[in-house]
Amino acid sequence: MNHKAIEVLEPGLLTTVQDTGRYGFQRFGVPVSGAMDPFSLRAANVLVGNDQDSACLEMTVVGPRLRFLQDTLISITGADLAVSIDGERVHRWQAMHVAKGSVLTSGGMMDGMRAYLAIDGGIDVPQVMGSRSTYMTSRIGGLKGRPLKSGDVLSGLPSDPSHRHDERALPEDLEPVHYGHSHVIRAVMGPQTAAFTPGALETLFDSRYSVSNDSDRVGYRLEGPHLSHVTGADIISDGSPAGPIQVPADGMPIVLMADRGPTGGYAKIATVISTDLGRLAQARPGDTISFNQVSVAQANSALLEQEAILYSLDPELLSRAPEAVVRALQASDGAPSPALRETELPHLETRVAQATIEGQTVAVEIMIERD
Amino acid sequence: MFKTPVISEAGDRALVVEVGDSIDPETNGRVRSLMLAVEGMDVPGISDLVPSYRSLLITYDPIRTDHDALVKIVTLADSNLDTAQIDSPKVVTLPTLYGGERGPDIGYVAEHAGISVSEVIDLHSCVDYRVYMIGFAPGFPYLGGLSEKLATPRLSTPRVRIPAGSVGIAESQTGVYPSASPGGWQLIGRTPVPLFEPDRQPPSMVVAGDYIKFSTIDTEAEYKAIQAAVAEGDYQPEVSPAEPEVPVPGDA
Repeated sequence: MNHKAIEVLEPGLLTTVQDTGRYGFQRFGVPVSGAMDPFSLRAANVLVGNDQDSACLEMTVVGPRLRFLQDTLISITGADLAVSIDGERVHRWQAMHVAKGSVLTSGGMMDGMRAYLAIDGGIDVPQVMGSRSTYMTSRIGGLKGRPLKSGDVLSGLPSDPSHRHDERALPEDLEPVHYGHSHVIRAVMGPQTAAFTPGALETLFDSRYSVSNDSDRVGYRLEGPHLSHVTGADIISDGSPAGPIQVPADGMPIVLMADRGPTGGYAKIATVISTDLGRLAQARPGDTISFNQVSVAQANSALLEQEAILYSLDPELLSRAPEAVVRALQASDGAPSPALRETELPHLETRVAQATIEGQTVAVEIMIERD
Repeated sequence: MFKTPVISEAGDRALVVEVGDSIDPETNGRVRSLMLAVEGMDVPGISDLVPSYRSLLITYDPIRTDHDALVKIVTLADSNLDTAQIDSPKVVTLPTLYGGERGPDIGYVAEHAGISVSEVIDLHSCVDYRVYMIGFAPGFPYLGGLSEKLATPRLSTPRVRIPAGSVGIAESQTGVYPSASPGGWQLIGRTPVPLFEPDRQPPSMVVAGDYIKFSTIDTEAEYKAIQAAVAEGDYQPEVSPAEPEVPVPGDA
């Protein structure tokens, strides 16, 4: 049975229900939506033992004031919005118990833009076209298709007790600790690089752009050096993947985000890689963005490193890890991390992988079941 | 149309398959066929297919598949299109009340074209319009085939709210607003049949490659009767198969 889980005392600046997105309906003009920073949402879920794609609250800039209506397990990931429970600041990236009646508050934006709150079992709103994500423009999904407001009561789905883990935490050295104000974002060329002058490509990868105030869940508008087209900005409208850097006639790039329309009519010079799109979503207006060109193969390596972190959180999850993630972990070796050694269980053995997080190479220790 | 599709990277989770570089029914038909063929192959790791005028966007989970594997799949699907079992596109008929309160700009469109209102209605309702793409808003069809005579500039001041079902003209395009929204199209009529409903499966009546045809509703009473039937769930729109399309490369 589902249950009343959360009462909204104040909604914060923009708090919506999101999951990993709505797929299969773009051909009918329905945007994907979902978390702007999917890694943080998935990590929040794994920390409390949910399926990775369970619905969470995406809290923007100033978080909400919420009352928990049940004893539950929660986690907060992504931006640091100075969240407290009953007046006491809490850590992100770990599961914690909250008692019925506890009140969550947010002191505002300390670092990053968007934080995710997962509750044990996940948030229960009706699935629309296979997803609980909110698409506000067309009032699809989420809680009545809109951001939360005062007085709303959110239900929770029943949790699976066998997946329940206390105090699970992302190892401190693996946290995307600090988003900061200067972001290096990796992108691959295409799909319409040929619509731009060679100079435009150099400019894109050699310049600094700043995030405009007009940035939102649809797109991040950037301000900086002009990018020139060969003939014009318009193309015959085509499908927009996640993260394309489209450039209208004014020459200013716009990175298309979660709520982008499925099709668009501006040439796309390059596409932000999937691991970095969530980090871009943590950039605030005024922050500096610089782009680094990478290949799809490099993007895949970055993704496998990120997946390794996520799967390392839960041995049970690891046992169901996709082959590519397991292969990537098996191919790597290194010294076990002291941080995890204490939690090593007799039937599990540890493997260590190299991961690059925020430009730092770190060892990722994961546990797998012994044969 | 290209002899073989041109496939390019669109980030680490998508590829674009271009089957041509112009807006024409043959190219768009091949996009549709290719989408259905790829879908029919049930490839693990493909997360979505987005057809448009002349290309197909394939989004995928790079943990479960990769660019090279998908290039092989697409190439195989494309080379077998001539023999693949692909359903014909359909023609959906939308009963439409032209003029009056439902189509306040029809007089302007007639004046602009130098013809009578009834000629506007005849010209607009005699064509099977091709759905080249759905975009802009959920269920919004980009239609091709409007009579050149009916091409009319947009309103100089867009309306704040256009009711759902409004049929409009903007330059050489015609279309239907599936839900209420602001907009600058010249409104010539309205259909009581909803093109898009989030809870219906599939939510949109048409997809790229299908056709929409407008039939005339003569009276407000008839419009209201259809509207009531729709609300009761008793209305079935007229759907017929389109003329068969044989998707062959331009110079094969």
